[in-house]
Amino acid sequence: MFGFLLRRLAVLIPTFIGVSIIAFSFIRLLPGDPVALLSGERVMSPERHAQISAQLGMDRPMVIQYFDYLGGVLTGDFGTSIVSKKPVLDQFLTLFPATVELSFCAIIIAVALGIPAGIIAAVKRGSIFDQGLMGIALVGYSMPIFWWGLLLIILFSGILQWFPVTGRISLMFYFPQVTGFMLIDSLISGQKGAFASALSHLALPSIVLSTIPLAVIARQTRSAMLEVLSEDYVRTARAKGLSPFRVIGIHALRNAMIPVVTTVGLQVGVMLAGAILTETIFSWPGIGKWILDSVFRRDYAVIQGGLLLIAAIIMTVNLIVDLLYGLVNPRIRH
Amino acid sequence: MKRALIAALALAALPMLPTVAAAKTFVFCSEGSPEGFDPGLYTAGTTFDASGHPIYSRLLEFKPGTTQPEAGLAESWEISEDGTVYTFKLRKGVKFQTTDFFTPTREFNADDVIFSIGRMIDEKNAWNKYITGGTWEYAEGMGFPKLIKSIDKVDDLTVKFTLNRPEAPFLANIAMPFASILSKEYADSLEKAGTKEQLNQQPVGTGPFTFVAYQQDAIIRYKKNADYWGGAPKIDDLVFAITTDAAVRYQKLKAGECHLMPYPNAADVQAMKADENLQVLEQEGLNIAYLAYNTTQAPFDKPEVRIALNKAINKQAIVDAVFQGMATPATNPIPPTMWSYNNDVKDDSYDLDAAKKMLADAGVKDLSMKVWAMPVSRPYMLNARRAAEIIQDDFAKIGVKVEIVSYEWAEYLSRSKAKDRDGAAILGWTGDNGDPDNFLDTLLGCDAVGGNNRAQWCNQEFDALVKKAKSTSDQAERTKLYEQAQVIFKKDAPWATLDHSLSVVPMRKGVTGFTQSPLGDFTFEAVDIAE
Repeated sequence: MFGFLLRRLAVLIPTFIGVSIIAFSFIRLLPGDPVALLSGERVMSPERHAQISAQLGMDRPMVIQYFDYLGGVLTGDFGTSIVSKKPVLDQFLTLFPATVELSFCAIIIAVALGIPAGIIAAVKRGSIFDQGLMGIALVGYSMPIFWWGLLLIILFSGILQWFPVTGRISLMFYFPQVTGFMLIDSLISGQKGAFASALSHLALPSIVLSTIPLAVIARQTRSAMLEVLSEDYVRTARAKGLSPFRVIGIHALRNAMIPVVTTVGLQVGVMLAGAILTETIFSWPGIGKWILDSVFRRDYAVIQGGLLLIAAIIMTVNLIVDLLYGLVNPRIRH
Repeated sequence: MKRALIAALALAALPMLPTVAAAKTFVFCSEGSPEGFDPGLYTAGTTFDASGHPIYSRLLEFKPGTTQPEAGLAESWEISEDGTVYTFKLRKGVKFQTTDFFTPTREFNADDVIFSIGRMIDEKNAWNKYITGGTWEYAEGMGFPKLIKSIDKVDDLTVKFTLNRPEAPFLANIAMPFASILSKEYADSLEKAGTKEQLNQQPVGTGPFTFVAYQQDAIIRYKKNADYWGGAPKIDDLVFAITTDAAVRYQKLKAGECHLMPYPNAADVQAMKADENLQVLEQEGLNIAYLAYNTTQAPFDKPEVRIALNKAINKQAIVDAVFQGMATPATNPIPPTMWSYNNDVKDDSYDLDAAKKMLADAGVKDLSMKVWAMPVSRPYMLNARRAAEIIQDDFAKIGVKVEIVSYEWAEYLSRSKAKDRDGAAILGWTGDNGDPDNFLDTLLGCDAVGGNNRAQWCNQEFDALVKKAKSTSDQAERTKLYEQAQVIFKKDAPWATLDHSLSVVPMRKGVTGFTQSPLGDFTFEAVDIAE
């Protein structure tokens, strides 16, 4: 187990360097000059342009800029945003809890609903229930998040007024950030109604963000279950007279979970991508929205720093998923 | 430990909550995050709305609802005969805000003015490069480093600006948010503590609202500055709820989650007007969208060809299709709300036959050209591609073939500047300070060729007029000069003037005291809400 962990960590290093090269070079391949964008329609003189480029270190060869950047990253310096002039890492750490909170709730919704739905659909294969569920899953999977989010806002916030439109908590509540997680901070604050307010603000964005992973997890669970249910040992278990609950819930589910756990792990990456749109529509102050804004402003430091940090997180999640296999299925030993 | 302490304090503050809830809180659903809180470093209106306007004041302020500078932190001023020395008498007894992080020990004085403006124009100033990558883009754009020779303290409440040349728009320039006055005492205390960059994150000024907290990309909180020299605001708390999507802002306004929102979608405006809980203010914006021909390239070097093409553009169709009527077709290169706008200038009438004939008379046959469409939506042009399609269609009717081209925004801005650019480019401008110079010389002056002057148009007669107006202090005299310049512009037609968009501000019923600014600023010191 320990050896496996070391081997995997050793692989992570070249992957990380690869990601840093891609993040660094690809954004520079995009047309658009961040220095020129600083002044917008107000034209900057060529001398001024050269002066600012030099100040930002952008006049040097790209290879040197890259190694300079990498050197900074290794010492924990992810650069400074061209736009806000704040250190990238500080901004990331401020915004990341909001994204984690949202993604965490979304993945809980996706797993809590997706796995049971997949199991039921597999057990009742071919029934109206199965077809209905899988139809809904397909629609959910194909739904453009931006449109779906707006639709929910108009219905649940605009017309029915069940949920607030955007934000993380009602403006009535004001307390200092302790953990950055609004659900936790609202509890710590002890203010009456704060937690409920935070929860109601979290509802719509979580639902929107969970939609695609939910559909994927439901479909994956269904097909994994179907495969396992046709195995000999399941027939044997049934023949032994075990209760359907034991057969499906313990014998079948445990084996079906292996591909599902992989899917859930991969969905974390999908979710961070989905967060960009969800956060934008719900004005959720997380890293997705932050990176999107930075792309439009060609804020190189934020884009490359943000991507690198996200990549590091996804790699870590995948590592954890790999380690989890062993727990789900004792046959897999590292 | 510190966090635990804060949490404990928050808990201790709990019994105070009912008073907080009873306070009048005004919520503005702002359209984006401020880049920082030191306005001198930035150029975006979003940043000025969150920093320059609520927190700070300037020597001169624009009179609400106008572009006319009036007394601010300076009570009065004198301009020397030759127009190069400006002496400002400062207001006495102006207090800087007291915050959790700073308690001022002295009142505002000349040192604060010298500090605030001085750091922008002198590279050797200790505060010139106080944050990595920080530049004074607006001061630079307004030519301050070359314009201002010196800033001197005459006494505690008198400060003297000496310019290198007469510059009539100077008064309007120092009323702009980038020229906000910061506290030197606060800056000194930060320098001592080794935390200079806090100046851009925890602001202290003399404006109507005191900064409380900024939660990145989410909320900015302010409380009223009871000591504000212009009279304490009527609301107790001001909150900016940052909401980037216009459709979502509208939903928040409808749900009562905010009192006022900027920049609605043009398509939503009719529904907003019909909503009995909302009121909608409208004003012609201080902007222009134009189609700039490259006047150095044949056949666009001939004024008659440009006029012929102008006659073929159905501007009303553009206003209807792109703005759903929330704009007006443009005649002059400056908007009608600006002083010196020449009402006698008539627009080229939409007349396809006349256009065809003029082209034939000029010897132009089988013309193919490019029309450049911006890739982004700007207040003066919401959808340049759509406008370009309408122009393409119009030009086809007079036998001119149009290819529409577009580039990524920064590329677009830089390529459209090129002197050998082919065809005509759609672009526009939003005024900075309400001075006609900011349109006429900035966009059409000979110095701006290869830069902001996208038509590459250098007309000596026009240029002489606007240059003369720039160095004349008398506004009546300047008005005459600008009126003449507009006549020359129309006759020579370097642009097809497309539209001036309306600036529309929807708000809840019960909001009073909000004045729409022609400069597009959102300021709240006079607003009130009926409970």
